[in-house]
Parts: sequence; C-alpha cells; structure tokens
Amino acid sequence: MDDMKVVEIGGRAVPVRGNDMDTDRIFPARFMKEITFRGAAEHVFHDARFNADGSRKAHPFNESVFQGASILVANANFGCGSSREHAPLALARWGIRAIVAESFGEIFAGNCVMLGVAAVSASGADIARLQDQAEREPQTAFTVDLETMTVRGGGLSIPVAMPAGRRQALLSGTWDVTRLMLANARQARDAAARLAGEFR
Amino acid sequence: MAKGTLYNKVWDAHTVAQLANGQTQLFVGLHLLHEITSPQAFDMLRERGMRVACPERTFATVDHIMPTDGEARPFADARAEAMISALEANTREADVTYFGPESGRQGIVHVVAPELGLTRPGMTVVCGDSHTSTHGAFGALAFGIGTSQVRDVLATQCIAMEPLKVRRIEVEGTLAPGVTPKDVALFIINRLGVEGGIGHVYEYGGEVFDAMSMEGRMTVCNMSVEGGARAGYVNPDAVTFDYLRGREYAPAEQDRERAERMWRRHASDDDAVYDDRVVFAAEDIAPMLTWGITPAQSVFIGEPVPPCAAGEDGGACEVHSAAVRHMRVAPGQDMRETAIDVAFIGSCTNGRISDLRAAADVARGRRVAPGVRALVVPGSMRVRDQAVAEGLDRVFVEAGFEWREPGCSMCIGMNADKLNEGQLCASSSNRNFIGRQGSAGGRTLLMSPAMVAAAAIRGRVSDAREFLSGENGNG
Ligand code: SF4
Repeated sequence: MDDMKVVEIGGRAVPVRGNDMDTDRIFPARFMKEITFRGAAEHVFHDARFNADGSRKAHPFNESVFQGASILVANANFGCGSSREHAPLALARWGIRAIVAESFGEIFAGNCVMLGVAAVSASGADIARLQDQAEREPQTAFTVDLETMTVRGGGLSIPVAMPAGRRQALLSGTWDVTRLMLANARQARDAAARLAGEFR
Repeated sequence: MAKGTLYNKVWDAHTVAQLANGQTQLFVGLHLLHEITSPQAFDMLRERGMRVACPERTFATVDHIMPTDGEARPFADARAEAMISALEANTREADVTYFGPESGRQGIVHVVAPELGLTRPGMTVVCGDSHTSTHGAFGALAFGIGTSQVRDVLATQCIAMEPLKVRRIEVEGTLAPGVTPKDVALFIINRLGVEGGIGHVYEYGGEVFDAMSMEGRMTVCNMSVEGGARAGYVNPDAVTFDYLRGREYAPAEQDRERAERMWRRHASDDDAVYDDRVVFAAEDIAPMLTWGITPAQSVFIGEPVPPCAAGEDGGACEVHSAAVRHMRVAPGQDMRETAIDVAFIGSCTNGRISDLRAAADVARGRRVAPGVRALVVPGSMRVRDQAVAEGLDRVFVEAGFEWREPGCSMCIGMNADKLNEGQLCASSSNRNFIGRQGSAGGRTLLMSPAMVAAAAIRGRVSDAREFLSGENGNG
C-alpha cells in the first residue's frame, strides 16, 4: 500500500470564500444524472461560475491564475448538505488534492478521504490568512504536510487538524477501504451468519 | 463515551473487524439502492472485477429522476432513461430485488423500505443518500453513504466507520394541536444549528416521541442530517412493532413475538450513558417555517425574520446576509405577508399517507389561490394507492392541486418538476439550499404539509391552524 500513501500535497492554492458551502453549490444536482464520473470537473461550482446563458461569472475556479491549483482553501462547514460524492469527486477531477477549511460537512469529509483527498481544518483567522495570501500572490507554492499537520507557504506556517483515523488512512496508504475490508471476508461471513436472525 | 445505548448495541453486534486505518468494519443488514448513486458504484465494481456480496440484503427502487406525470418509457430525458436502464440491468445481473414502476411498489427509497417492512429494529441500514437517517425511526442505525461506499457495500456488505457520539434529545410534554413532527424537526435544528450534530448520532426520546406515530418519527429522523448528525433514531417500542405487523417483509405472525422480544433488547438501557443530553419542552414548539437558505434559518409562524445574532456564523453574518439577499426577505418581516408561487407536498420527509391526510384536511372544499402552482406527489405507489382509496386524490384535484405519480420530484428538481427562476416555493421537503429545487434562483420555504396546503390556498404563507376548525383553542 506504499504506492497509496498521501503525506505531502504541494501546489498552488485557490481560495473559495463563504461559510456553509453545501454540496448543491459545489455540484448542482441537475448535473448528477450521469452513469459515470467522467466530465464531473466541468460542473464544479457551476452556478457560481456560469450565468444561465453559459457565460462566465467572476469565480476563482474561472480565473486563469488559479488553473492547476491543487489546494482549495474554504471557510466553515464546507461540503455540508447532500451526501453526493460528485462534489469531492468533481473537485478531485478538477485537480484538488487537499482542502483546508474551518470545518467540513461530515459526509463530505469522509468522502474526501476515500478519494485520497486530504480535508484538513484550521482556525478561521488562519484560513483568512491563507486565502489572502493565495489571492495576493496566486503563484505561492503551498505544502499541506500531514506528518507535521501544518500548511506552509508564502511565509505562513499554519497548524491544521483532521480526525486521527482519516489522517492515518492517508499517511499509511490505507484510505482505500475496499481493499482493507475485502481482507476480512471470512469475518464478514461470520457476521452474516450471526446476524441472520435480523433479516428474514 | 456512550454506553448501553441502542447505538452501542447495534454497533457492537455488527462489528466485523477493526481496520488498520482505525475505522471499524461494520456489517450492513440492509442496503438500499436508487438510480442516482448506484450506476457509478456498479461501474467501479465491474472495473475491479467484483460481484455483489449479499444480493439478498440489497433492494433497489427508482425515485430521483422518475417523471411524475406518468410518462411512458423510454423517457424523453435521455439521461434519466439511461439511469433507470442502468439500474434495471445492474439489479437483474446481480440478482437484486428491484421495485420498479411495474412492481406496484416503486417510490422514494426511504418511503418504500419502511412501508414494506424491510427496515427493522436493531439493523444497520445504508443507502447512497443522506436521508437514510429516516430508517432510524425503527431503532435501526441508518447511515447515508457516498458512491464509493456503495461500491464497498456491494463488494463486501460492510462499511468502514469511525465511532460516533450519542446525544439524547428529549422533548417532554404534549404538542399543541396543529404542531406536527416537521415542526419538531425544524425546532430542533433551529436550536442546535446545522452543525450541532456533527460527529453525533441523535437519540430522540421523551413523551413527545413516545406518543409520536412511526411516520412522524420518520419525519424527525429524516431531518437529523440537516442538523449535522450522522444518524438519528428512536428506540423501538410497541408503536414500532404495531407498524411492522403484517408488512410484506416483516416477520410472519408465528415469528412475531420472538422477533419483538429480540427487537426490544436493542433499545437503550434505562441506565444508558450518553455523551450529551438536551431537553426541550413541547409547549415551546409551534408551527415553523424556514425563511433562509439553511434548515436552521427558521421562525415560528408569525415571528419576525431575525437579524443576524452576534457570534452566529463566525460573527461575519455571511450566511445571514446571503440568505436575506437570495430569499429577498428582510429582518423584521412577518413571513405571513409573503406570496408564494409554488406549493410542493411530497418527499421522503413528508410524502407519506399521514402527510397527505393532513394536507387534504386543509385543502378539502377549498381552492388553490389563483396564480399558485400546487403539486401533491405521493412518496410511493403504495401511498398513492392508499390515498386514492381514501379519496384524497379527489380532494386535491377538486381544490386545484396537481395529483402526480410517486418520486422525489420537486424536492430536488432532477426530473421535469423544477422551480422557474426566482419562484418562491412552500415545500414539505427537507432542504432549502440555493439551487435545490432545480433552479439556481429558486427559493424554498420548508414547512409541514398542512402549512404548505394552507399557503397554497391563501396564496401566501399562512398559519395552518386557522384551517383546522374545532381544534382551535381546545387541547
Ligand atoms: S425526496 Fe428529496 S431528500 Fe428524499 S431521497 Fe428524494 S431527493 Fe433525497
């Protein structure tokens, strides 16, 4: 599982401001009617990025300076609302590999880990500093370091947090839980037999 | 840490193994599928060359994209047709039971599984949909999961989870007439906030929940996720057992007593330890509606829209001002002045027979206000059939409501039922997020089915209690 380890994420940062950015805003429901995940990146933050006639609005994800960024800096309760995995998936396909926010919607944060995306939290004041820096100097190279739990770049060094289990999953390359659970197939069969009475 | 709660018992009973990443591998008792989050999961399963581990514990239906006008196949919307076709093919191939329209049992997944008796106390239930928390009404541990977890459950019949905290929420006393489970749900979210439940499972208890019907309990458990909780449940009791009795997939009559004894043991012990406990008084709850863009931005009917309270959303009031801007409301405004464009009765929160009865009681013998589009969308075919048997469809049609076929409909706007730009909708659904009802500029006011019906009749937000003759003023 060494090939799956996520220890450091380096790259430029794109700031998206606003609290309670729910998954409907990250990925509007009307774009979910696809039976594969191809093309998801086009619709990330769609309604904030495009007018009804398809013309572009001012949004960091539309700005050329932020193309190719791999770290998203957001505010409180990012990814709240619907459980749709399209939201973190579309972000990942756009190129985001780490999200730094004040806090996260619970299901969203779990979905991030399963894609190998690091969702780490920081204080509101530190988030503001990161966002200001990324806006002032979009070329700043940042590093999200899961070993020291810091985000560095542009002269800043900011402490970040994430639940221990999720952090460990990324660090040890065990975030692909399908692999982990398949290894316990025998125990799962035992559980099925033990619990047969609950389901008949 | 919580001890002796239903959460602990069900968690422990379903534990398969501790994983290297610190999570617990839990066995899944019931896996529910629908057309939106399952095709990609089946696709990923195929990519990895895997098969469905427990087809006998997996059930599927189609809800989000279903046209509600009775449109014949193939659907005009090619992507909707592709999704339902994928579900049909995937379930056939994997030998999974599929409740399609031709089964007479199609409907919103969280309405269908309970009414068929699939959801039972003490189970773990998962579905690729956040409102899976609904099933907690039966004393099950029910979690919404993402698409790659759907793939995992298909492959292993297990999910990997971190332990949660348990908050007991008690509502003591008796609800006043005209105060519904939806109002209880909105009240709890208003008081605890949309982030208040993060990392928690909510256990609902106290006199109000003891006295509440199963359908009411489903409404409240459904909204648990809107308060940030991972799940919500009510301990199983005689109300639960009565509801399950005789349902298609529930234990047969000769096994019933044994099953009930087993179910009862899952309930939290009298001396259970909780991480946290919150107590509310039923007399403090009145009919509520949301005025903003989160389910916590709500007021009692007649209460003015509040200014941003200091400290709320980080002191910056960003969400409050975004809500005021998007909704075109002003602090101090009485929502009863607000004219609506659309009224929507349905969804997995309030699309069951008791919800339709409550709305019909308001609509009976009255007319939808001119200029208002009003829809009633039953939560399932079974609900529809029951409503028709009771003549509720006629009540609605005679009052000028559209009587539609079952599905998610305007709760999410993934079929043709969408708001138009800027329309204001009184809705019995669960989410008022920007863009939720199929239009970026659409505006949603969440409330109970009776309140939606009242708003449809008057053409503006109204107190449904004014329509309930004979119940006013006597408890
Ligand atoms: S009715 Fe609404 S909330 Fe419920 S499952 Fe359908 S879209 Fe989701």
